Amino acid sequence: MRDPEHEQISREKLEQLQLERLQLKVKEVYERVPYYTQAFKSRGIKPADIKKLSDLTKLPFTSKLDFKKNYPLGLMAVPMERIVRIHSSSGTTDKPTIAPYTRGDIETWSEILARGLATAGITSKDIFQNAFGYGLFTGGMGYHYGVERLGAVVIPTSAGNTKRQITLMQDLGTTVLGCTPSYALIIGEVAREMGVDLRKTKLRLALCGAEPISEQMREDIKEGLGVDVISDYGLTEAMGPGVSIECPYHCGMHIPEDHFLVEVVDPNTGEQLPNGVQGELVITSLTKEAYPIIRFRTRDITSLNSEPCKCGRTLARMSRVTGRTDDMLKVKGVNVFPSQIENVLLKIEGVEPHYLIVVDRTEAFSCSDIEILVEVNDSIFSDKMQTIEKMEEKLRLALEAVLGIQTRIRLVEPKTLTRSEGKSKRVVDRSELSNLK
Amino acid sequence: MGIKQISVFVENKTGRLAAVLEVLEKKQINIRAFDVSDSANIGIVRLILTDAELGLHELHQAGFTARIDPVAIVELPDVPGGLLRAVVKPLADAGINVDYLYAYTEPSTNKPIAVIKTEDIARAEKVLKQR
Repeated sequence: MRDPEHEQISREKLEQLQLERLQLKVKEVYERVPYYTQAFKSRGIKPADIKKLSDLTKLPFTSKLDFKKNYPLGLMAVPMERIVRIHSSSGTTDKPTIAPYTRGDIETWSEILARGLATAGITSKDIFQNAFGYGLFTGGMGYHYGVERLGAVVIPTSAGNTKRQITLMQDLGTTVLGCTPSYALIIGEVAREMGVDLRKTKLRLALCGAEPISEQMREDIKEGLGVDVISDYGLTEAMGPGVSIECPYHCGMHIPEDHFLVEVVDPNTGEQLPNGVQGELVITSLTKEAYPIIRFRTRDITSLNSEPCKCGRTLARMSRVTGRTDDMLKVKGVNVFPSQIENVLLKIEGVEPHYLIVVDRTEAFSCSDIEILVEVNDSIFSDKMQTIEKMEEKLRLALEAVLGIQTRIRLVEPKTLTRSEGKSKRVVDRSELSNLK
Repeated sequence: MGIKQISVFVENKTGRLAAVLEVLEKKQINIRAFDVSDSANIGIVRLILTDAELGLHELHQAGFTARIDPVAIVELPDVPGGLLRAVVKPLADAGINVDYLYAYTEPSTNKPIAVIKTEDIARAEKVLKQR
């Protein structure tokens, strides 16, 4: 354990530390960020009103929309002279989230990641091939600094150029591969196509993050790469990767609660939910200098567990993110999460997690009809049409039972659905689908 | 007599059958017989090839979903009622359901050959031999 003083802290001491840091942070943003001054005032709150940790609920939420309204740097709590780096989210659908860092933030982030990598079982003896994208994206540079801080070797391959990734893994004796789960699947597939058995290399662990990972996807990555898979969670608004990470026991992702104050709330009412109940994750920065967030609504659905872990850490763990509040589709008035569809697909034996949900959108999140494209692999293919139709029917019925609405299934040839080297896109509008018509 | 058949999954859209056949042409694998089964969105291309194992390998390499299955083949008398008496009636009498069936002419003998798929190929072959 890299930092037992914080990683094995008692709840009581932790809460005292969190309160002290929260009080400072609240005072800081109130004094320096006009947006927060205004938001606090409109709720009749002053920093001095935060007397105990539970007073957190008096503070207003911050949303993605607030980030957008204050684009690019309206929520900055320090002058530009103190900024040493700026990252940004991809902003494929909207204005990107800009993430500035002070020198102190880079230090803190590197240390959080070094601690996280150690939590995952990575040591200074490891060779870490960093196939997270380098550039504006927080993943590449974030891990790079974390691995260096830990004292392991970092190979900054970035994402893409998959054959070279595999050659380098063999030639340099990579022991840990870091990348998005969808890219880990691609690397497994390409290695197989190249006739490379990764089990014969020194690779011993894959660290996957930056997009949701299902249990089946984890199994497929394990199968493709021949190694255990550690999940990591992060978001640009909070810092980047490292907001939480699994230990080798795979019983949730450990949150450095001395840096992040976390809550899970009901996405509709905003009420705090008890541990173990699924809801929207809300994060408050306790140490971030440049762009601290107060009660930021992540839109990620998870649950918390603050029981001590088998690995000896006392910091809370969050469960795998099972969906996003904004991925929620309203189909004929019924709420549908892509993760529900994925879970059904995975239970039908042999279906690879390569699927695409095609919607005919009538308005923003509302649609009349959904069609699910599923890639057919050898294990579900039959020489008999009847057998294939039966399997389709089984899927349709299982989906109807879970979602409460009827869906259409369309089987497609392998590799026809685009595999991204970054975030997996699971829902598309039919109008974007010209190539699959 | 048993033989290996290759089935390939294709989407029911322009050019997909051509894509399958191009793989076989490129590797100089000849087609002895073939059959296509289709629904609104998908098709199953069934092939008897000069080299089934090689065909399967090449189709997999080209990214197709494909499989290999045993099927029964029977030489048919080239007379009215030949298919009925040589294949269909004996199987029906033995209570064996035919999943699918197609036929081709064997170039070396110029005789028609039926390709038959049933649940239990070994049993179907036994029935057809006894006839």
